[in-house]
Amino acid sequence: MKQTILTVTNQTRIADGVYKMTLSGDCTEIKRPGQFVNFALDGLFLRRPISVCDSSGDSVTVIYKTVGAGTEKMAQMTAGDRLDTLVGLGNGFDTSKSGDRPLLVGGGCGLPPLYKLCKDLLREGKRPVVIGGFNSKKDAFLEDEFNSLGVEYRISTVDGSLGKRGFVTDVLPETGSYTFFYSCGPIVMMKNLSALCPTSGEVSLEARMGCGFGACMGCTCETVSGGKRICKDGPVFQKEEVLWQNFQ
Amino acid sequence: MAELSVKLANLTLDNPIIPASGTFGFGYEFAELYDINILGSISVKGTTKEPRLGNPLPRIAECTDGLINSVGLQNPGVDKVLSEELPKLRQVYSKPIIANVSGFSPEEYAYTAERLDSDSSVGIIEVNISCPNVRCGGIAFGTDKQNAALVTKAVKAATKKPVFIKLTPNVTDITEIARACEAEGADGLSLINTLLGMRIDLKTKKPVIANKMGGFSGRAILPVALRCVWQVYEAVNIPIIGMGGISTPENVIEMMLAGATAVQIGAENLINPTVCRDIIQALPATMEKYGITDLSSIIGGAH
Repeated sequence: MKQTILTVTNQTRIADGVYKMTLSGDCTEIKRPGQFVNFALDGLFLRRPISVCDSSGDSVTVIYKTVGAGTEKMAQMTAGDRLDTLVGLGNGFDTSKSGDRPLLVGGGCGLPPLYKLCKDLLREGKRPVVIGGFNSKKDAFLEDEFNSLGVEYRISTVDGSLGKRGFVTDVLPETGSYTFFYSCGPIVMMKNLSALCPTSGEVSLEARMGCGFGACMGCTCETVSGGKRICKDGPVFQKEEVLWQNFQ
Repeated sequence: MAELSVKLANLTLDNPIIPASGTFGFGYEFAELYDINILGSISVKGTTKEPRLGNPLPRIAECTDGLINSVGLQNPGVDKVLSEELPKLRQVYSKPIIANVSGFSPEEYAYTAERLDSDSSVGIIEVNISCPNVRCGGIAFGTDKQNAALVTKAVKAATKKPVFIKLTPNVTDITEIARACEAEGADGLSLINTLLGMRIDLKTKKPVIANKMGGFSGRAILPVALRCVWQVYEAVNIPIIGMGGISTPENVIEMMLAGATAVQIGAENLINPTVCRDIIQALPATMEKYGITDLSSIIGGAH
């Protein structure tokens, strides 16, 4: 973890209510895909935890949906604006577990952290398969980015306006065999996926957080292996650890 | 040369800045960001006899200039605190710490205090009789002067270390509770704990917090904390650790003028994790601005 000032270099609306923001500054503490950053926003007491879509040593990209006061404030920021940020939070995904052909499943704004994960897996010589699920075509994003990585990328939309009609789990039978899965998105999606996938996998959870770095115990959830702080011990958990009934 | 040191019970603190229990874990997370040895002391996470998982999620709600928490005394239990957490803290912090204890009966408070008494890094035992987030414990002792006295007496009999009782503002007359603790031999008082509060989510039309209510803290509560410290300072002759909403060196001076010998900083650590260091570094210049050379000389100075 490091506290640093990042400068917005670009902000684009990429889908209905969804924004892609790129910031520059010291991002060397972001070590693994699936980690998050925590932005301090003027006038709001708590920081806002946002998952990392992509990062290099001196920049970070986040994709977020406007769902409340914090993200609405973020959406108004433009190039040159500065943000007090805690970088390199959370454990992130473990690519060493992936096997040769891992399945990556993202729902809505759960998809962005899988982009960096996908790049890292490709660099390690693995052959990831990606499924992105959205409500509708107007909500979809990252299609060009995944396609240009040269991976097999499939889309589902609830209303059928893009890709296969239905949920990500409806695409599962078309993916062939896989060695492990990684997922981020709505709880019900990850719960169903964990039940349907015969392999082990990792899921990324979220919670209302106080600090984001393990100090306040505000986001602790009960797991098979005891109480775990989603911000510090997670947000990524092995599917077998999660007690799904705690997330209704 | 500004003099920042203060005497608190039988300890001399290099400065009066102490991170508050529940906002600083067992300290080592913050050691990633700065050398925490700069701190006057550390009040570590509230500890109970048995491990506690705490309350269901969500247990955090944002407010204007503050937050509500309903963590509910999550901690690994006194055995693990002694065998794992305090040794980890000792690797990054060398000064005496404040051990914060909670319980569900006077006997349980005494048991946990006695166990923590055995650890040489513990300088003060702080007794939380004011947690608003657990039923039949915590605040149940802090809102009744007889119960507050019973817990104070039991803990005093269990430890030779200075005992500070942490008080709640959620009472009609905080001085009544303060006097009851002093009468049973409390060596000092810590105040204030959080204010009982709630938020309602307009989308779900239900309380944000799973437990419905929680403890409100953060910058917004500073005036309430100052008022309580002021009142208690006039009512007792034992030292006060003042806390509630402190986020700047000016707030520290204000709290000491109200009657605090030392201060704790809580919610602000969660959003600005280097705030304690920043305040310690800024204090000399702030003292100079207001013509203060020795911080301990201003304690209760506003009375």
